Amino acid sequence: MSLSRPARLVLGLITVAVLAFIYVPLLVVVVNSFNTSLTFGWPPTGFTLEWWRAAGGNEGVRAALGISVVTALGASAVALVLGTLIALALTRHRFFGREAVSLLVLLPIALPGIVTGLALNAAFTDYLGGLTFVSLIVGHSTFCIVVIYNNAAARLRRMGGNLTEASADLGAGPWTTFALVTLPLMRNGLLAGAVLAFGLSFDEIIVTTFTAGPGVQTLPLWIFENLFRPQQAPIVNVVAAALVALSVVPIYLAQRLSGGATQARR
Amino acid sequence: MITVGRGRGRWRVGALLALPLTWLIVIYLLPLGLLFATAFASVDDFTGAVDWRFTLDNVTRLFTDPAYLRTTARTLGVAAAVTTLCAALAIPVSIFVARAVPARLRPLVIALLITPLWASYLVKVYAWRTMLNPGSGVVEWFLGGSPGFGWTAVVLTLTYLWLPYMILPVYVGISTIPESLLDASADLGAGAWRTFRSVVLPIIGPAVAAGSIFTFSLSLGDYITVQLVGGTSQMMGNVVYQSFSTNLPFAAAMAGLSVAIMIAYLLGMRRLGALDNL
Amino acid sequence: MPVNVDLVPNYADIIESLKNQPWNSVDGVTYGIPHGRGANLLLYNAEAFPTPPDSWAAMWESDSDQAGKISPYDDAIYIADAAVYLMATQPDLGITNPYALDQTQFDAAIALLGQQKPLVGEYWGDFTKQASGLASGAITQAQGWQLTANFANADSEVVGTVKPKEGATGWSDTWMVAKDTEHINCAYKWLDHVASPKVQAQIAEYFGEAPANAKACDLTANPDHCDVYHATEEDFWTDVWYWTTPETACLDGREDIECVPYSQWVDAWTSLRSS
Repeated sequence: MSLSRPARLVLGLITVAVLAFIYVPLLVVVVNSFNTSLTFGWPPTGFTLEWWRAAGGNEGVRAALGISVVTALGASAVALVLGTLIALALTRHRFFGREAVSLLVLLPIALPGIVTGLALNAAFTDYLGGLTFVSLIVGHSTFCIVVIYNNAAARLRRMGGNLTEASADLGAGPWTTFALVTLPLMRNGLLAGAVLAFGLSFDEIIVTTFTAGPGVQTLPLWIFENLFRPQQAPIVNVVAAALVALSVVPIYLAQRLSGGATQARR
Repeated sequence: MITVGRGRGRWRVGALLALPLTWLIVIYLLPLGLLFATAFASVDDFTGAVDWRFTLDNVTRLFTDPAYLRTTARTLGVAAAVTTLCAALAIPVSIFVARAVPARLRPLVIALLITPLWASYLVKVYAWRTMLNPGSGVVEWFLGGSPGFGWTAVVLTLTYLWLPYMILPVYVGISTIPESLLDASADLGAGAWRTFRSVVLPIIGPAVAAGSIFTFSLSLGDYITVQLVGGTSQMMGNVVYQSFSTNLPFAAAMAGLSVAIMIAYLLGMRRLGALDNL
Repeated sequence: MPVNVDLVPNYADIIESLKNQPWNSVDGVTYGIPHGRGANLLLYNAEAFPTPPDSWAAMWESDSDQAGKISPYDDAIYIADAAVYLMATQPDLGITNPYALDQTQFDAAIALLGQQKPLVGEYWGDFTKQASGLASGAITQAQGWQLTANFANADSEVVGTVKPKEGATGWSDTWMVAKDTEHINCAYKWLDHVASPKVQAQIAEYFGEAPANAKACDLTANPDHCDVYHATEEDFWTDVWYWTTPETACLDGREDIECVPYSQWVDAWTSLRSS
């Protein structure tokens, strides 16, 4: 539908307002990362680069960043495997319990984080060996599965069965078909899903609180601990500002990769 | 659909699902079930440890104590308000980007709208805390007054946090509406608003429902935002968080209630087609 | 498990009033080594109160002029603070120990907390959050730790502390040994290490509390540390009620009536916070 000029104007204004709504708090954070005052009153009292310098050298931040990255990579990798397996099973076959499985996959992310956290915590403290780095990655993988599954399933449905049937007709076994035909076609969807899973895991705090072992501190955990400490809070702002700036890239990438889904059909 | 003999097909499904299902059941479903079973256990007076004597006390307390009924009602109210606000903001924005922004700029604008997803949740909430701070916050500085910490702040902050989760599916939903459908509507004489109400809205219903799963669920279980900007307010998540170390059965009961609510919501949204739009 | 104090040489130097107390011993058998203690003081914003307040009243009375700006501790044990206030303001209730409350006394404490709720700005669980609230003036009076005040005063003196005339609750931490410990010798070495003057001094200054070993006072980096924390001033501690787990068998020795156990404290607190 072609929008009339007044409609275009109103919608445009709303969009600008929403963009402002979205970015003003982030700007406040960025501005505060240069604020000399330690209590972040507004307006800022002065400009300083001291916090950025301190953040660069802060050991706690670096360690936490490392742990977050490793966790997110691990969780995305595991989720990739599990999510793809489930997507293949659910889109290619009809079987009893199919609906139930698709609901089950959704649960870790659909149910409130604290419930997932408590359940995972109970699993690990009761019979899976206690809370460690591994329990953290396992926990994160569990709620990342659905993100991969969605993207993979979407791709598979669009792909249809023709190519795989053709491959089978040509004599390729299921594993060969998967490796040479299905996987390359799914690649973009999987990548987009992995990027989203990475982001999800990187920023997660609630399940993390319940599944990280002692001494395992992800970036969100570090932030939570230092949010109110007068000496550290400015560094938290720096970390936040950096995260905002850096995150445009992967989001843009994810959008491009799953670009097929956003083209209007004629 | 691959047409293989039923026997082989079933074997293949089993092979594919063996690993993920074992994972999900052992790590998630089993302890979840155990957790809900705990809701019917008691607690040792002195140590706070779980005592496996069957009792309905926890569940009855949940439904008879006016304090908890109020908390549940408020939490549902907050979740509903946040979902509504997110939808109200996401729809016009998505229409604008899908229909008025040049195609090559669309990924960029969408990226701009989604980017905050990656800025740390905690920092965003803390940013709102400092902004809403009565006396020294940005909001007070700009508007002369601040709602301060309380339910308004909670709804505002949660809407802010979950908006990208609503924008994504809604935008995808709107941008996949075939041009031809909209042209047909215009040909039949409908103005933009009429087209929106009668053609677009029903079509993106599932997309909105999909987005609402996130906004509703994330609001239902949140306890950190309330702590930081809610003043003395409490939501269901806070009750669970406060109780789980000293009275796990009661925490389990409250958690069970939130799960029941969420499952009911999921089933409802599934009927609206949300699950195909995630 | 019980601790054999003969195997912990430094135990001899632990302040006597901390030994064999209800929270670290059972029927005269010692179960742990005292670690350090502190009182839950009345913290106040110095700008709002150029003269320090001397009573908890502004945090409890409905006509308080600090409505919306007070900050109590967000935990069930805070019920004891209500009991402490009742000990001074409603002596007919007969409360002799804020952790030994029979049902009537307990209900009175809960009622007082209900009275306080509309006055509360924020219940605090994170001392750094409370410090920033006090420093900014959003909170003018709070129950908290000396540590919190020190934190808030990092740049300038904005927060003062005082122990009000009604008394206060406090805490005395204890190192205990788990029942089936594999490395029992290691555990005992640790107990002795942690009770030694030098380590006690470090702990006390790091955490912001009074050491349990009086000899630590000569070794603190800040020579006034022990004075600030009243480490050796026994008079200071006479009306400080250390956190103790309430039990059905009343802690004040009453045998004719049952007291409310901690699990019910938690239930009542959760209900109060949700109302």
